[in-house]
Amino acid sequence: MSKVKASIVGASGYTGGELLRLLLFHPNVELGQVTSESYTGKFIHKVHPNLRKSTLLKFVSANELEQCDILFLCLPHNSSQKRIDEFKKLAPRIIDLSADFRLKDPAEYEKWYGHKHACPNLITEFVYGIPELHRDEMKKANYISSAGCNATASILGLYPLYKNDLVQEDRTVIEVKAGSSEGGNKINEGSHHPERSGVVRSYMPTQHRHSAEIIQELSFGKKINVHFSATAIDIVRGLLATCHVFLKDNMQEKDIWKFYREAYGNEPFIRIVKESEGIYRYPEPKLLSGTNYCDIGFKKDEFSNRLVVISAIDNLMKGAAGQALQAFNLMYGFDERTGLEFPGLHPI
Amino acid sequence: MTTECPVCGAQLELIEGTVVGELIECPECGTELEVISLDPPTVKEAPQEEEDWGE
Repeated sequence: MSKVKASIVGASGYTGGELLRLLLFHPNVELGQVTSESYTGKFIHKVHPNLRKSTLLKFVSANELEQCDILFLCLPHNSSQKRIDEFKKLAPRIIDLSADFRLKDPAEYEKWYGHKHACPNLITEFVYGIPELHRDEMKKANYISSAGCNATASILGLYPLYKNDLVQEDRTVIEVKAGSSEGGNKINEGSHHPERSGVVRSYMPTQHRHSAEIIQELSFGKKINVHFSATAIDIVRGLLATCHVFLKDNMQEKDIWKFYREAYGNEPFIRIVKESEGIYRYPEPKLLSGTNYCDIGFKKDEFSNRLVVISAIDNLMKGAAGQALQAFNLMYGFDERTGLEFPGLHPI
Repeated sequence: MTTECPVCGAQLELIEGTVVGELIECPECGTELEVISLDPPTVKEAPQEEEDWGE
C-alpha cells in the first residue's frame, strides 16, 4: 500500500511538534511539508529538539505548500477558517486541530468566541473529532475538527452518564487542573518562570470556551448545562478533570460500572481506573505523558446522589495530536492504534 | 466456573484447582476477593487495610 502524504500547517507549536513526532514514525505516512512562518528554512529540530536525528526536514512557508493527501492544521484559533478554501484546494482531506470547526451552531460559535464565523456554511462538513463518539462518521469523513483538550477529558468522562440519561441535566460541575503546555509556546508575563512555577492559578473560573463543546456533545437532544472551571497547576503536560454530577436515581457503583463497561469495554484508548488499594487508585495524568490514553475513574458519594468522575489525559496527545492521529487512522482504514502504542513511563 | 465480582459486576473465571478461602483479584477493578464457595461459585470482597491519605 502506498503511503499517505501528509503535511502540517503551523508545525512549530507544541501541538504541531507532537504531531510531527507521531507522523515521522507512522508506518503508513510519508511526511510532506511542515510549515512555520517564524522558522522558515530552519531544521525542525531547532524548534523540536526531541526530533534531532529523526529527520532533516526544514520548515517552509505556508505559501510554498504543495498538493498532498491530507493537511493537518495546527494554527492558532481563528486562522484555519480564514484560509480554509485555500487549504481545501491543496488536499482532499483535512484535520483541523484548532477550535474553528468544532461547534456546529454558528450562533454558539459567535457567543463563545466573540465574533462571527468566517465560513459558517462549512462547519457542518467537519466531523467533531472524538473517535469514541464519532467513529463511524470519521471513517467516511474528509474533514475532521479535533476536539479541545479539556473538552475531551470532560466529555469522555461523562459520556456514558449523559448518553444513558442518568444525571440531572443542569447540575454538572467540572474542575480541570491543567499543565502549562495547554497555553501553547507563546511567551507571556504569566508564563515567566518565577511567576508560573508553583502556581495553582484559577485562570478561567467561568465561561471557558470548551464548555460549548461539552454541552454540544453531551446534550443528546436535551437542554443541558455544565459548570466548568479551569485551574493552571505546576505540571507541563497533562490534565485532570474532576466532574461532579448528581444522579437522577440513587444507583450503586456496580450499576455505574455496567454503563462504563458498555461504553468503553472495547475502546483501545480508554481505561477504567478505579481500584481499592495501591497508590494509583484513580486516573493520574503524569502516567499518561506521551500516550493516547484517557483514564477514567469514579466514586459515588454514599450520603448523596453525587457521583464524582475523574478523567485524565495528556493534553498534547489524547487532547490534540494523538486524537488527531487516531482520527486519521480511522479516515484511511488503518488500525486506529497505529503509531499510538506507546504505553507511557513509570516512574516518571 | 464463573461468578460475578461483587464490586464492579465483571465476570470472573475461577480456574481449576481454586479452593475456598483463596484470594483472587478482579481483573477489571483490581479488588481483592475471597472465594467463599465453589458450588455455587461465590466470592466476597476481602478485608482491606484502611489507608490514611495524608490526614
